[in-house]
Amino acid sequence: MIAAPKPDLVTVNIDGREIAVPKGTNVIEAARLAGVDVPYYCYHPKLTVVGNCRMCLIEMGMPAVDPATKAPIMDPATGKQKINWIPRPQIGCATNAAPGLHIRTNTPQIKDCREGVMEFLLINHPLDCPICDQAGECKLQEQATGYGRGYSRFIEQKNVKPKRTQLGPRVTLDDERCILCSRCIRFCKEIVRDDVLGFIDRGSYSTLTCHPGRMLTNNYSLNTVDICPVGALTSTDFRFKMRVWFLKQTNSIDTESSVGANTVVWSREGIIYRITPRRNDMVNDTWVSDSARELYKPVRAADRLTAIKIGNVDSTLDAAVKAAADLLRANAGAIAVVGSGRSSVEEQFLTRKLAEVVKASIHFVSRVAAGDGILISSDRNPNTRGALVTGLISRFEHAGSAGVRPASAEKAGKMPALPGGVVTGALSELAARIDAGTIKAVVSINEDLVAADLTPAQLAKVAVIHVGTHANATSAAAKVVIPTTTVFEKNGTFVNQQFRIQKFYKAVPGPAGAVDDLIALERLGTALGAAAAATEVNALWTTLAAEVPALRTMTFANIPDTGLLLDATPWTGLHFIEGETLHYKPAAAAAAKA
Amino acid sequence: MNLKPETLRRIDEVIPHYPVKRSAVLPLLHLIQEDVGYIPPEATEWVAQKLELQPINVYEVVTFYPMFRQKPIGRRHIRVCRTLSCALMGGYKACETFEKEFDTHRGEVSPDGEVTIEFVECLASCGTAPVVMIDDALHEKVDPAKAKELSAQIKQQAGQRR
Repeated sequence: MIAAPKPDLVTVNIDGREIAVPKGTNVIEAARLAGVDVPYYCYHPKLTVVGNCRMCLIEMGMPAVDPATKAPIMDPATGKQKINWIPRPQIGCATNAAPGLHIRTNTPQIKDCREGVMEFLLINHPLDCPICDQAGECKLQEQATGYGRGYSRFIEQKNVKPKRTQLGPRVTLDDERCILCSRCIRFCKEIVRDDVLGFIDRGSYSTLTCHPGRMLTNNYSLNTVDICPVGALTSTDFRFKMRVWFLKQTNSIDTESSVGANTVVWSREGIIYRITPRRNDMVNDTWVSDSARELYKPVRAADRLTAIKIGNVDSTLDAAVKAAADLLRANAGAIAVVGSGRSSVEEQFLTRKLAEVVKASIHFVSRVAAGDGILISSDRNPNTRGALVTGLISRFEHAGSAGVRPASAEKAGKMPALPGGVVTGALSELAARIDAGTIKAVVSINEDLVAADLTPAQLAKVAVIHVGTHANATSAAAKVVIPTTTVFEKNGTFVNQQFRIQKFYKAVPGPAGAVDDLIALERLGTALGAAAAATEVNALWTTLAAEVPALRTMTFANIPDTGLLLDATPWTGLHFIEGETLHYKPAAAAAAKA
Repeated sequence: MNLKPETLRRIDEVIPHYPVKRSAVLPLLHLIQEDVGYIPPEATEWVAQKLELQPINVYEVVTFYPMFRQKPIGRRHIRVCRTLSCALMGGYKACETFEKEFDTHRGEVSPDGEVTIEFVECLASCGTAPVVMIDDALHEKVDPAKAKELSAQIKQQAGQRR
């Protein structure tokens, strides 16, 4: 039996099936809920509806009522209310669900419509799929197969248009492939508010372009490549590098700020080729910044740490752990642990365990820079909240927090090309203690202490144990160096600015010589007398759930792909630095509004 | 771009005629073309700023209409009709005569900078085909002889100006 629809739901009939959908849902989304495919190009769930591709044509009808009495007119043949079908097709994207709406998508008329639209779209399309980067993820290719007539009747000459316009530093445009859906124009205008794209010479030679002298330079330009339904907009970086069907997709999280945009990492044989956004309506919709897509590049950088070293001599993990333990025991009572907001929740938990067993003082490096009001917040640590949740820290100070103000949304046309000017620091307390001589040994968890405001002279006064991924001044000065893995080479979780815990997965294996962070931290801890812990994420989560109040009753496997909101009430008193971003309002602003 | 004070006055006068500023793009472009003779690139940006738009929004409009010129033309604009009636009655011949007289090709500025000759669509005087519009004046039944006569007039006026 079908349950009565909820008040905000309306019942529509799609291809003979009744389905209850939220009021105002357009026909494309309603059909999706009913499991019926309505093809489209220009429609995008996160952009305004323009209805210019005409691919989503459907037949629409409403139940007949007598115009005078408003009484339903019944069809004697079926005994049901008669349906008045509109003789002409309607576009699905701009048709909203209303009670009793009837939709047909499988009639001969609709088949004809789709074939006709496909035929016109393909008239000037170059059909160079064998050399096109979009092949394999091209809507035009898929829908030509699904809804096209299968052969061409076109014998005339195709239009010639610009083939490789550089729209901006990261986006290349092939105008011949463009089907003029205007998604990219709407994205730039509505989401980034940087209205530089437009169609010129409208008519047979309509051409997508920037205004002369302007470029598509904003930090979200590559989203236009993602939403381009054909191969017109391509990423200059990814272009001609790899066929998409060879790539393995792994869910990941953008680590450039506390927004925690959801991403997919595309890799093959241990090499990452690109990063694209993953839809999460509560965090990043379907977008991610260009800078987040570059984050995989340091994975194979020359300055990657790949050798375990004791005093600059190659060694083994066992020896390094023993040397580190000896160093720490020798300096007992004068130890500091510098934790990281770039470590995962699991690593921060083990860092806390390590600090507890050696009775170390815990310090935390903050990263602050102006946010962009969209998907980059002013807290450039992806997991500051994780450190609070795991109890690694209970409060924090921000580097130069007086000078750096959370940025509001940028004005139109003033988008920064790439984010920069990150201020790291907030180790002043540690610096003072080193100067006072009360700290003799420092364990740095993937943080460069020199970049975080310690002077090389202060660093020289202490014995440093560095656990990290890339070479820097701290690793150079360290007595013991344990190379570890980047976010793409391990499983784990981050807690974003909304206190949403989100999972990332291992996309590629770490380089030879690198040790998994959890193994490194667990070995250090047990060598100093901590209770043994699991070094595999799923197993470690039983301990996490038992010991961390906010994560009680959770398991790693049970966290959904779109994350899980944690109860943030224990931390409501803290002042977080983030300004407003997509799907996030700072607590103070939210309270002021309420 | 230096607009005449009169043009600026008319621009400010026309904007509030529309419910949204954006609607004034077309009249502004017309006024500028009337004043300057064409739409220079900086005019696009000037109009965008004036109407609180992005330059691309104005540029889209400029490129859509073939009658907005993006390059300067000669001092006199000769528009020869080539729609059906005029084409049948010798519009092409008239155009060729003008081209020969001023030693130029349609769409270009003549070497002396005096004229630009162009084909246009219907000038709405089919009964007196072929017709030609020189600046704002309509000339009817322009056979090659009359085209020569008109050319001579233009040249004479040009000579007087010098």
